[in-house]
Amino acid sequence: MAAIISDELAEEAAPPRPRRRRPVPVWRWVILVLTGVYFLIPLYAALRFAGIASFGQVVHQTGFSDALILSLKLAVMTTVLTLVLMVPTTIYVHLRLPRLRRLLESITILPIVIPPVVLIVGVLDVSPGFLKSTPYLLGLVYVILAMPFAYRALDAGLRALELRTLVDAASSLGARWPATLWRVILPNLRTALLSATVLTVALVLGEFTMASLDLYQTFPVWIVAFDQTSGPVSTAASLLALFVTWFFLMLIVTLASRRSRRGGGGQVELFSVRRTVR
Amino acid sequence: MEATNISSGTTASATGGRPASGGAPVSMQKVSRSFGTVRALNGLSLDIAPGELVALLGPSGCGKTTALRILAGFETADSGTVTVDGKNIAPVPAAKRDMGMVFQSYSLFPNMSALDNVGFGLRMRKMGTAGRRRRAHELLELVGLAAQAGQFPHQLSGGQQQRVALARALAIEPRVLLLDEPLSALDAKVRLQLREQIRSLQQRLGITTLFVTHDQEEALSMADRVGVMKDGMLEQIAVPSELYTRPATAFVAEFVGTMNRIPGELSSGGQATALGTVTDVQAGCADVPAGPVDVLVRPENLRIAAIAGGNGIVTSRTFLGSVTRISVLLSGDVTVQVDVPSATADQLAPGASVQVSLDGSPVQVAGRS
Repeated sequence: MAAIISDELAEEAAPPRPRRRRPVPVWRWVILVLTGVYFLIPLYAALRFAGIASFGQVVHQTGFSDALILSLKLAVMTTVLTLVLMVPTTIYVHLRLPRLRRLLESITILPIVIPPVVLIVGVLDVSPGFLKSTPYLLGLVYVILAMPFAYRALDAGLRALELRTLVDAASSLGARWPATLWRVILPNLRTALLSATVLTVALVLGEFTMASLDLYQTFPVWIVAFDQTSGPVSTAASLLALFVTWFFLMLIVTLASRRSRRGGGGQVELFSVRRTVR
Repeated sequence: MEATNISSGTTASATGGRPASGGAPVSMQKVSRSFGTVRALNGLSLDIAPGELVALLGPSGCGKTTALRILAGFETADSGTVTVDGKNIAPVPAAKRDMGMVFQSYSLFPNMSALDNVGFGLRMRKMGTAGRRRRAHELLELVGLAAQAGQFPHQLSGGQQQRVALARALAIEPRVLLLDEPLSALDAKVRLQLREQIRSLQQRLGITTLFVTHDQEEALSMADRVGVMKDGMLEQIAVPSELYTRPATAFVAEFVGTMNRIPGELSSGGQATALGTVTDVQAGCADVPAGPVDVLVRPENLRIAAIAGGNGIVTSRTFLGSVTRISVLLSGDVTVQVDVPSATADQLAPGASVQVSLDGSPVQVAGRS
């Protein structure tokens, strides 16, 4: 069957994506170098002080792998719970209760306002015994701590989508809710989901106060406890904590980018909501 | 309704052996819908014949989009009935209504190629990958975008995106096609081309179509019948020419095409006097009481002659091709538009004194505004 719509229209091509290459002014380099120096010198000093050999010792210390594994388990648990709770909530609020967005925003800020000490003492006071006896109580509390970051990331992602139209289009084409969510909304929220995941994981891998008050040896708690023995080795442990966190964040970003490219979604950019050219 | 089969060779319809597309009659009876205190629809009744394209035209907030969304299943009516093919569709969710819809803009799924967008509805109907791809290709060919099958929405222009959206809506062989201002986000030139193409495709496939727009030119040029809406009700529904020449109400008269309001008098005998001309009044103005009225006249129903000491002065002149539109300031601070053949417009330069009069054809009257 011949095309009923003539090819004239095909001429009208998509607008070229603007690719500007502005010369970077000198002062930008100055700032970049100064900032780099500010961050890197302490790291370098710490590295020199610790010496490479200390790293080997850290890994073989008692409790190292247990603490790291516990932290990673908590990170996975917190991330999964956060996404399972926050993704449907934010989507629902965007679609059905847009007026509640303000309220939700202020509620999600509470965990930042309330000091962690207060939060964990309160939680320990009221939580039932069976929860107190497992480290996974921490995971539940971390979900609350991660809420402000996860919500903001998801909210920004949803705002950049024409959510209402996409949902209507999907349903007019015969998609029920699960299909709409899985095939239309989530793939387009990739960047937001990634940001939420990275922020949550970083938060869990670095949290000290609550874990320490809950008397569980997560990775940060272990480092502090271990700090007391030998100067170079404890410095090596701190550096290792930093590198481990970096490693996992990079891993998440790399995996997500690769999946996204395969799916045609383009490069995933961390923390920035990429608006598609229209 | 010449060709009801849009795709040769894919009679194994994903929608259950029903003949490909074709039109189903649509009927909305006394449909009302309120949002809070706002009555978006106020007892709308509308019948669309199989294969017919009806445009709903009206200012923003007149309820036309609500009517479309109720038909699509995105909104529910507070009262009234909606039937397709004689069956009440109120309990049927949007996902099961088999209605193809084209939205104003940005409705393509950004994470899918043009081909996958078109195939989405078929995928939801559990059609196999090979059949789905073949059919999606055929539809992209139909809208002239076969070469763009692998491109993502952000790589397509606005016009191309809307054509993919059209192909996507047609892919599910819908019983009814719903167009929600599909052209309003496009450039004038693309809009014009796409308008003709949507219309010819719709006629060829014979799909019952409801088209919502605020652009009267679009409605008049594309639709079999145009319904003019105001305050949640139909003011008039008629073929475009009738709407233009015999508007049922003053609102329709002024909303469709250009209309002059000229102060005049309505006699108790049903004759109107304006610009010194006495003329008959059209049926449909019976509720206007005798006395001072506004006489409604189209630019082509006014006569104009360059005369020293006439009743008006030309203020501007706009060349529109075969006709030229002259703006004339009449005494009493009334400006009217008069269309004259461009060949005779030379002497009607801005500043010229002219005599404007009615051409004697029956006019419409409205209460003095």
